[in-house]
Amino acid sequence: MFRWILGGREAQGSVEKSPVLCIGEEQPKNWFTELQVLKGHFDIVRFLVQIDDFRCASAGDDGLVLVWNVETGERLQELRGHSQQITAMTTFTCNNGALPHTSLITASSDKSLSLWDPDTGNRVQTISDLQSSVKCLLVLERLCVWVSGGEELCVWSKDFQLQCQRQNHSDTGVTALIELPKNCIAAAMDKVIVIYRLTVSTDSSLSMSEIRCLSDHQDQVRALININDGLFASGSHAGELILWDAVDWNILAYEHILWEESQTPSPQTEIRIGAPKPSEMSIQHLTTNGKLILAAVGSGLYVYSVQTKTVVAYRKVAHDSNVLHTMLLSDSELMSCSEDGSVRMWEIQDLPLPAEPTSPGFFGMWTFGRSNKQSGPPSKKPADVPHVRTLELTGDLIGHSGAVQMFVSFKENGLVTCSTDHLLILWKNGERQSHLRSLALFQKLEENGGL
Amino acid sequence: MIGSPDLVAFTKEDEYGHTNPDPWAVPEEFSVPLHPLVDLNPWAKTSYAKFTKDFILISEFSEQVGPQPLLTIPDDPKVCGSFDLNYFSLRIMSVDYQASFVGHPPGSGYPRLSFVEDSRVVLGDSKEGAFAYVHHLTLYDLEARGFVRPFCMAYVSADERKIMLQFEELSFRFSQASECLKAGNRRAFAKELQRKLRDLEYTHSVLQKEEGLQREARPQTMYSAHAVEKANELANVEKSIYEHRDLLRQISSYHQRPRRDPNAVTCQTCLNECLSECEQLLDKFAKIASPFTHSEDSGEDGRSQPDGEEEVDGEEEEGVRRRPSYTPQLIKAKSAKCFDKRLKTLQELCDDVFYEATVELLKDTERSFRGDLCYLHTRRLDRALRRKQQVTNFLFEEDLGEDEESEFGALRPVCAVNHVRANCTILNPPPVVLQLDPPEPDSDTIQTQQSECHLDSADSDHTVETQETTERYRRGQSGAGPVDRKQDQGGTTSETPDHDLTPDPVLTPDLERESSSEDLETTAGEDEGDSVGDQTPVSLLEVESELMTRREDESEGRPDGTFDMDSDLLIPIDTTCCLSQEGFLYDDSTPLVPPFMDQSSDPQSCETLVVKQEPQALLPLQDQYSVSSPGSGSPAAGLDLPVLAFGDSDSRTSVEEGSDCTLSASTGSERAPSPLGYGGMVTLHQRKKAGQGSLRFVRQYPFAVQALWCLMSGRTLVVLGTDEGRVRRLVSALALFVPGPGKCAEKVQSWLSVPFTLTDLQRWKLIGLQRMASPVGSSMLYSLSRYSRYISILDADQKTLRCPPYCGQLLANMATHRTYIRRGSTYFLHLQSTLCRLAAKAFLFTFTHHLHLPVSSTEAPEVVEGRRHCFLQEQLGLGEDDSLILLYLSQLITQQYLQPTTGGSAASTCFSLKYTTSVLYKI
Repeated sequence: MFRWILGGREAQGSVEKSPVLCIGEEQPKNWFTELQVLKGHFDIVRFLVQIDDFRCASAGDDGLVLVWNVETGERLQELRGHSQQITAMTTFTCNNGALPHTSLITASSDKSLSLWDPDTGNRVQTISDLQSSVKCLLVLERLCVWVSGGEELCVWSKDFQLQCQRQNHSDTGVTALIELPKNCIAAAMDKVIVIYRLTVSTDSSLSMSEIRCLSDHQDQVRALININDGLFASGSHAGELILWDAVDWNILAYEHILWEESQTPSPQTEIRIGAPKPSEMSIQHLTTNGKLILAAVGSGLYVYSVQTKTVVAYRKVAHDSNVLHTMLLSDSELMSCSEDGSVRMWEIQDLPLPAEPTSPGFFGMWTFGRSNKQSGPPSKKPADVPHVRTLELTGDLIGHSGAVQMFVSFKENGLVTCSTDHLLILWKNGERQSHLRSLALFQKLEENGGL
Repeated sequence: MIGSPDLVAFTKEDEYGHTNPDPWAVPEEFSVPLHPLVDLNPWAKTSYAKFTKDFILISEFSEQVGPQPLLTIPDDPKVCGSFDLNYFSLRIMSVDYQASFVGHPPGSGYPRLSFVEDSRVVLGDSKEGAFAYVHHLTLYDLEARGFVRPFCMAYVSADERKIMLQFEELSFRFSQASECLKAGNRRAFAKELQRKLRDLEYTHSVLQKEEGLQREARPQTMYSAHAVEKANELANVEKSIYEHRDLLRQISSYHQRPRRDPNAVTCQTCLNECLSECEQLLDKFAKIASPFTHSEDSGEDGRSQPDGEEEVDGEEEEGVRRRPSYTPQLIKAKSAKCFDKRLKTLQELCDDVFYEATVELLKDTERSFRGDLCYLHTRRLDRALRRKQQVTNFLFEEDLGEDEESEFGALRPVCAVNHVRANCTILNPPPVVLQLDPPEPDSDTIQTQQSECHLDSADSDHTVETQETTERYRRGQSGAGPVDRKQDQGGTTSETPDHDLTPDPVLTPDLERESSSEDLETTAGEDEGDSVGDQTPVSLLEVESELMTRREDESEGRPDGTFDMDSDLLIPIDTTCCLSQEGFLYDDSTPLVPPFMDQSSDPQSCETLVVKQEPQALLPLQDQYSVSSPGSGSPAAGLDLPVLAFGDSDSRTSVEEGSDCTLSASTGSERAPSPLGYGGMVTLHQRKKAGQGSLRFVRQYPFAVQALWCLMSGRTLVVLGTDEGRVRRLVSALALFVPGPGKCAEKVQSWLSVPFTLTDLQRWKLIGLQRMASPVGSSMLYSLSRYSRYISILDADQKTLRCPPYCGQLLANMATHRTYIRRGSTYFLHLQSTLCRLAAKAFLFTFTHHLHLPVSSTEAPEVVEGRRHCFLQEQLGLGEDDSLILLYLSQLITQQYLQPTTGGSAASTCFSLKYTTSVLYKI
């Protein structure tokens, strides 16, 4: 497309690497027509957390936590205190007052945990002499405690008192934590998922006991999410997606996503021969809205229906590089960001014509059974199932020059993306913004009593 | 009365067949003459004058050699060419009917200083082709005949109408200069008097000593002829002392005269300084003679109390700091007022400071009147209009603030001697009344005389005598002992500084009132016969209260934007002339209004501009008007001539930047492309130069209209090229089209050689990018392709443009490559007007309520949307693409209005984009 600039020689390959996905510049469904670059970080920005309707916090490798006003793009607070990169961040809402007050908990590689007040920028609490750095945080609002996971699993009260602690034996430590019914929590540790139960004794002290160890994954568990009250899902590095019963921890569905090469004569066929590399099948991220599960598998996207336990839509090459974060905007719209620096918006569409060649992927699908998952001939369900639909690219947001690590949507107020290029970008609906500005203008005009 | 046949009455407009022009009609200057004059060049109608451009001439009527020119501004012999300054000085001095009253009025014992108001005359010399606004003023010189030296300042122009129509402003500016000169002169005069008094005092003491010796030598009451002669001499000296003391008193009472001059602007600081100085002197020398002569007098006068102390104090002061080096000289009985004596120069007559300030003022005046009437008028209109649309000015107009100061700064009551402007007041609310009224020219003068006579009668000899007696009386009572006097000293010295330290009467009126009312109380009993003006403290009060009331008057008159008309001074003919005046310069009063509103806003504007380079001759430029050189490489555009005023500010900024100051605005020479985006202010001059470049661009590239559309709809345009010069030229040419480029063209980056990022796109709307064949180059190209949806790319090397397709009509008349415009500055003006119209549309669009918000609560947003669409499409006649321009401009206006301070900064600006495909345009 830029051959005329390049003189038709160099960088041509990179441009044409994914011709299928080049949506071009005509994007009528893309309503992000205004952007604002938020500068403030000095290193990779990895985490974004929504504080309330108009604020979000960003944190990254520079140890800084910045609080932003999404409406104006203004930097509200700068939370300094961590000396090394932030490894986890979450919000902590306390309901003890008249109004719920939201605080921020951050964990850093400097083996400290901090509680911040985003209104004032104060560091309310801090614990600095941890044995290891914390990799994930989970707030159990019901119990008014929070859990930190790393090499050990610790439970903390809201005023930062250690309630109980469990040493782990795996090398990797806890990589993901979710809350399960009946005061249980699930912790992903390497290839297993361990279920712990928290019990509150009569003297209101907490204790934690390991109940079950689910070791059905063949590879490292990369993602762990709650789907609804009765279900949770996990995804592994090898592309296994398992649906679990949240109460009795049984496998409800097992999906091994194997990207098989397509039959369509596309340029990739020559490039990809043989078994896919594990990283291409790795489930990086899972997200759900209760009905659908969206899995980021390598550089592709995979939509799975919880009800029918079938695949709804998928796209093997959704991005040029690994997908890092995904989100389901609605039942048919989703969004993904990737290491290639772009955010893409997708729509699940029915196949326009049945006569069109069916979608070319192959994947195995087993229900309640996994013994023969590698050997058995893959059933061609997608071809048979009439309601498999396609994932159509409706728009992309190009702005970052590095990998887009994460994004947070503020609904109609916009979208915040963070990236390795140290920037945050606020994407907004230009029309809405201009309407808001007009409102402000006439308001000011009225206040000033004319021009 | 007026001897000159060529003297042009200012009010003769309609007698020449003109009616009052309709303010809405096209000014006559713009209409094309049906039958051109002999000269085909419409601008050259003044070319028969012997001088090339307007200048200011200062002449004096020397009592020794008659009228003589003193200096011209600009001080360059080339300016007046073969024009006979001597002859013209004679002409202008001969119409001086200001100094009609000089010397001793009958019946008064002492020589009187004549307080003469300045007079203003317009005269013409058709033979010489010269017309002049002549401003006569009188300065005081102790050695001159009648103590006055008549001077005049004249604005000489070849264009009569220019003077007539600018009369008001000329009058204002020259009055300012005149006031400045006179203020300095009064100080100098007081100093001179002081010196003279010291001499006299010394002479007196010497004579007295001699007399005493004689008396001792011959105690018997026999007077020799010699003794008689000595006694006469002594008496003469005493008389002279009285005379000079009286002069001193007169000069210090100068300020309380009612001023009829509408433009009399006085700096309160200067006034107070001068006043207190005079006061000190007056105090000091009030009773020089008394100790020697009479010490047994009776009669107490509390009022003179301070004076006595002041004497001792003053003398000490004198010895210590005032004039340590000055030794009094004996004065011969007859001072030589002869022709062999060298008269003081103008500079000596005024304080150096004041003289310099005046010259600066006049230089400024000369500068602001450069260019022909048409240009002045257009500029004025332009400014008036622009001041009215401050909301949209940031879009395409250059910053007005700077120019505004240089243009109208002088019209504010600014003290030329760099005092804070807040101290300056217009003594009289300037009524639109001219001092000159040819039909009955006497009336004013008579009035003057009357008022002066009134003054004279007030301070008659009697006054002084009473003063004397009271002094003596006081002295007697206080015991005439120096010790006693010193005891009181503390009180009085503390009082005197009060006057010095309180320059602004508004700030400390109570203090002043206290001190002076004290004086009033002590003197209340006995000074019925005295004129109020005799008492300096009282006079101070007077002046200030007068000032206060004046101020009140002004503030009353201000809200409606007009000034009080002094109805008693308003003569019917004047009103007609005022009307005609207003018809043409209807915004003339506006420059007079702002000073009150932003008096304190910017004290820096007190600084007057300095002419850094020689002004250019007019003639070569006139040639350019007649001979058109189409598409010539040199942007020495014809209309460059009027840019002078801006050119100076241009050069000033260039001096600030440390670059060469040889840049002359009017040379129009080839110069490197203007340094846009270098952080300096983008001046009008640079923009005009860029006009040439943009004209070339428009004529050269058929896709210019698309490029302009990109810029004006907010899409960043990247000019890609290997040759830095070419890219920079293109950028500076295109920068004209960047809406709201910022004061220093912050939105333009003329040369970038590193890959740009999204942040840069947010900051810059026009980027010159270096094409490189290195790894850096490839990463740059990568960023180009990556952000291709946000940018348009103009390839300067291959002459291609990649941008979304545009098929609107709005920019067609701006960017047609078949344009008939051949000159850059013409094109620039064309652009300006088009862009201005566009900005006006955007303003209308932005601030029309129902286009953005629902009229009623039930209205759906789609309805508003539809209305907006309809407005753009049908009322403004804009297509889809053209609407984008307006929407972008409107967005900028909104942003600017909502946050005027951060509007230009990149911190919180948003960046709108549109997802459309681009196409490639080729030549």
